[in-house]
Amino acid sequence: MDANTDSYLRGKYAIVGIGETDYTRGSGRTTAALGVEAVSNAVRDAGLKMTDIDGMLSYSGNDSIPSTLLAGELGIRLNFYMDCQGGGSSTEALIGIAIGVIEAGMCKTVAIFRSMNGFSQIRIGGSGRSRGRSALSGGGLFNRGYGVMSAAQMFCQTFMRHMYDYGTTPEQVAHVKVIHSEHASNNPKAYYKERVTVEDVVNSRIICKPLHLLDCCVETDNATCIIVTGMDRARDCRHQPASILGVVGRVSKPRSDNHYQAGPISTVAGHYAKDLLWPNAGVTPADIDVTGSYDAFTFTTLLQLEDYGFCKKGEGGEYVSDGTMRLGGRRPNNTSGGHLCEGYTHGMNMVIENVRQLRHDIDDSCPMGPDGKRLHTYDYSEGGCRQVRDVELTANLGWATPGTGSAVVLTNQVQ
Amino acid sequence: MPLTGELHGMAVSIDDLDTPNQEFFKHCGHHQLHLQCCDDCKLMRYPATNACPHCGGLRSIWQPVSGKGTLYSYGEIHHAIQPAFRPFTPYMLLLVELDEQRNEPNEFDGLRMTGNLVTESGEMAPSELVNKVGIGSRLKIVFVDMGSGIAQPQWTLDDGAEQPESVWRYPD
Repeated sequence: MDANTDSYLRGKYAIVGIGETDYTRGSGRTTAALGVEAVSNAVRDAGLKMTDIDGMLSYSGNDSIPSTLLAGELGIRLNFYMDCQGGGSSTEALIGIAIGVIEAGMCKTVAIFRSMNGFSQIRIGGSGRSRGRSALSGGGLFNRGYGVMSAAQMFCQTFMRHMYDYGTTPEQVAHVKVIHSEHASNNPKAYYKERVTVEDVVNSRIICKPLHLLDCCVETDNATCIIVTGMDRARDCRHQPASILGVVGRVSKPRSDNHYQAGPISTVAGHYAKDLLWPNAGVTPADIDVTGSYDAFTFTTLLQLEDYGFCKKGEGGEYVSDGTMRLGGRRPNNTSGGHLCEGYTHGMNMVIENVRQLRHDIDDSCPMGPDGKRLHTYDYSEGGCRQVRDVELTANLGWATPGTGSAVVLTNQVQ
Repeated sequence: MPLTGELHGMAVSIDDLDTPNQEFFKHCGHHQLHLQCCDDCKLMRYPATNACPHCGGLRSIWQPVSGKGTLYSYGEIHHAIQPAFRPFTPYMLLLVELDEQRNEPNEFDGLRMTGNLVTESGEMAPSELVNKVGIGSRLKIVFVDMGSGIAQPQWTLDDGAEQPESVWRYPD
């Protein structure tokens, strides 16, 4: 399909503001306070006023603050808001919803936020609060009754089967953590900044085979926010807009596949999402300069890059370990360190990082220039630069479960 | 009336409105695995549902199945989240592909049941047994009684069956 057609609102909407809190363990604040800070930061980043925001979207696992309360604290009058249940497949899908409600004339500028005390209150890893006190219901007998409660325990069969189907090795997969840790060592915000080796990963204690401790993401307290608006308004905002070329989500495997019945379980939702994403965006995986592939676990990054078509099915192990994903490589991934190292946001921090890449304005330690923008050295050694040269196209791949995902393609090439 | 029971010291309560699960676990209580078979398309499904995930049909009958299968994938949990499972680490989380309805309705589809590896008598498997089982192992069902006429389906090595020469295990 011709990339210049008007199909699918390509290039008509943009991300114009990004905001985050610190990534901590023990924020000492409520999710309301975190959310207020992240949204404020994003509005300021966009060069907008609080009164310019008239739409709000959020996602959570019952651990956030409702949009209506957050808007109330910031003095915003909303024409649209919706809070949904969900985790990692939400960021990209909500970008699509934001486009839809603006296109429908319901509002003009939407703040999408996620606010979570993901370490000090509710942890995806399962501990940190008392679960399992209620009786096992009919549904609970199929997971908690078998000792399945955390995401690691829920997804491990998919990861294991990928090793069986394709010969993927623990050492190949470990490279995802190694590479993301190198990237995080150049990220002053990252919770874990230390570079690790393949040996460190495969020698770390086993959580749930095939996952070692270092194959698993961090748990942090944080809030994040992105602002979406139409391209006409985007041109008046402070920074280069991150133009949205295509978005999909939440896309599912057949029959939702909550219980691993449909097709090979070493294939995930991206296999279906790719058939919408690339035609919508008018580009192919080969065109993408930088990716953000959800790293709840090392394996999830691998599975998605493979199923969205960045390499042949089954060759994900090679793709993530041959240097392609490293800063300086052909297509860097999760340049902030992602969920494995920077902080856990259910997807938002990887979209924020790619917006910064597209602005050529990564927040690393490179020296400030006279114009207030960093002079990037492109020296990716420890403590150095994180900016990729000549970025034009980025892709973010969001993961909820093996059976459900979402994605967005952004560009800085604005007509 | 809810069906109540106990599993590894955890309370079990299957709501009386949840007919599919009440029926499923009552059949398990009789130590015979039954799955719902759709009246319209004649395909079975797991777990118990209110409609047929293959065709959307709303009527089904409970069909007995063999309780035999092959290990399709697994995880081996070393870090238990639930206190009830801490005594059993490392315990296996199994995905068992039943003999019935393999590659139906499409290639690579199947009836795959979650479970843990247990001994013949239904105890969570010790390490010696865990280390023998891998992808490809032939397994058979074992019912672990929970009380009140309900039981949990679990899996053990089917030593009545021909096991493959080698099975795939995570490289240690």
